[in-house]
Amino acid sequence: MRNNDTVFKTIFVAITLCLICSAIISSAAVGLRDLQEANQKIDKQSKVLASARLLDKSKSIEELFLSIQEKIIDLDTGEFIDLIDMDSFNESSLARDDTTSIFLTPSEDIALIKRRENYQKIYLHYSNETLKSIILPVRGYGLWGTLYGYLAVKPDLQTIIGLEFFQHKETPGLGGEVDNPRWKALWRNKKIYGDTGEVLISVVKGAVNSSSALSDYQVDGLSGATITSKGVSNLLTFWLGELGYLPFIKRFKKDTLITEKIDV
Amino acid sequence: MSKAREVLINPIFNDNPIALQILGICSALAITSSLNVTLIMCFALTAVVSLSNLFVSLIRNHIPTNIRIIVQMTIISSLVILVDELLKAYDYETSRTLSVFVGLIITNCIVMGRAEAFAMQNTPLLSFLDGLGNGLGYSVILLIVAFFRELLGAGTLFGYEIMVLVQNGGWYQGNNFMLLPASSFFVIGLLIWALRSWKTDQIEEPQFNLIQNSLEAENRKI
Repeated sequence: MRNNDTVFKTIFVAITLCLICSAIISSAAVGLRDLQEANQKIDKQSKVLASARLLDKSKSIEELFLSIQEKIIDLDTGEFIDLIDMDSFNESSLARDDTTSIFLTPSEDIALIKRRENYQKIYLHYSNETLKSIILPVRGYGLWGTLYGYLAVKPDLQTIIGLEFFQHKETPGLGGEVDNPRWKALWRNKKIYGDTGEVLISVVKGAVNSSSALSDYQVDGLSGATITSKGVSNLLTFWLGELGYLPFIKRFKKDTLITEKIDV
Repeated sequence: MSKAREVLINPIFNDNPIALQILGICSALAITSSLNVTLIMCFALTAVVSLSNLFVSLIRNHIPTNIRIIVQMTIISSLVILVDELLKAYDYETSRTLSVFVGLIITNCIVMGRAEAFAMQNTPLLSFLDGLGNGLGYSVILLIVAFFRELLGAGTLFGYEIMVLVQNGGWYQGNNFMLLPASSFFVIGLLIWALRSWKTDQIEEPQFNLIQNSLEAENRKI
């Protein structure tokens, strides 16, 4: 048998193998990129639609998404802005960049997201030219990782339509029950802000006492997943508060014109 | 039994990579809480282990001894990345649930073990069949574990409700422990027990024999 252990043969085998393998992998990555990106986009869109309870099996996601208008807002002022290119908008890269995000002090950072981007993409759902729902991206830390989701609210910005997480690492069957349709259904028609404007919506431990005055603001906790439940409460409190969408919500409530269809 | 048949069938019960060799336990713990995900993982691992065996065997006469592990790893990792890319493109939901565990096939001891122990010495066809057999052996155990975990933990099989949970208005109080990775230790342990009761030649010789109660010996001296 020939000698494979010469220096030349060793280097030759190593280099040839690396070249072949890298060629195969890069062509796979490039060839499949379009499909993967399309998948990601459809997945995100379907979660946006799901949070506003717009999913309809008889129609495709693309078709349903036509009723949704995407808007970028400045989180600090609450204004709509057109500065950023809609398709390339990426909240996580914005949140990593010092110039487009702010650092949250531990007392501010109740959702444990470390940095908050200055701009956020929100979704407006219109039906027959009238605004039906506003879908706000939210995120926060649960037990094992960050939960990413969408909160859909009615145009009064007080009543919840639905909450849908599109990415999380919670334990299946325990914290993972944030995906359970029965639990998600509990969010419908819950109220967000109390009379004095504070965020009251929360996930309680155990079942909600329906005779309590706060029952409109509370959702049953997930059994066996106290930390995930707490995480969901915290992330809503953060994103609906002053550092989250509150400036936008205040501005939006004042400006009733906005509920008319905005020309794009 | 022909050699080809033997390398294909043997790993399923007689020489099971998980139950007898106790390899590849990590993913058996991590991803077996739902049958759907487990099934995809089994396909992914079977594809990787059989193809990596095939390719390693094809170039086995050219692999320099001192870099053979690296060569095997390169082939395995390329295949795993390929599987991951394909999953992301064609089954996005599952690829997200499996997340890092697809990548972790690279470190699955079964894949590496078969490449080094079998494919380096055998012909491509036999190696491919050996990989397929070991993939099937892995899959059998994983699917059994996932069957019990999903049924007892969530009351479902492949996502279909079998026993309606209390929280969904039914009668079955789900066993939350079954949904945690550690429960696989118990299920796999029971499986190994069952398998070795059936095939008694798999019982290992005890490595240490306990000596007679030492206190008794002491007493006798006095």
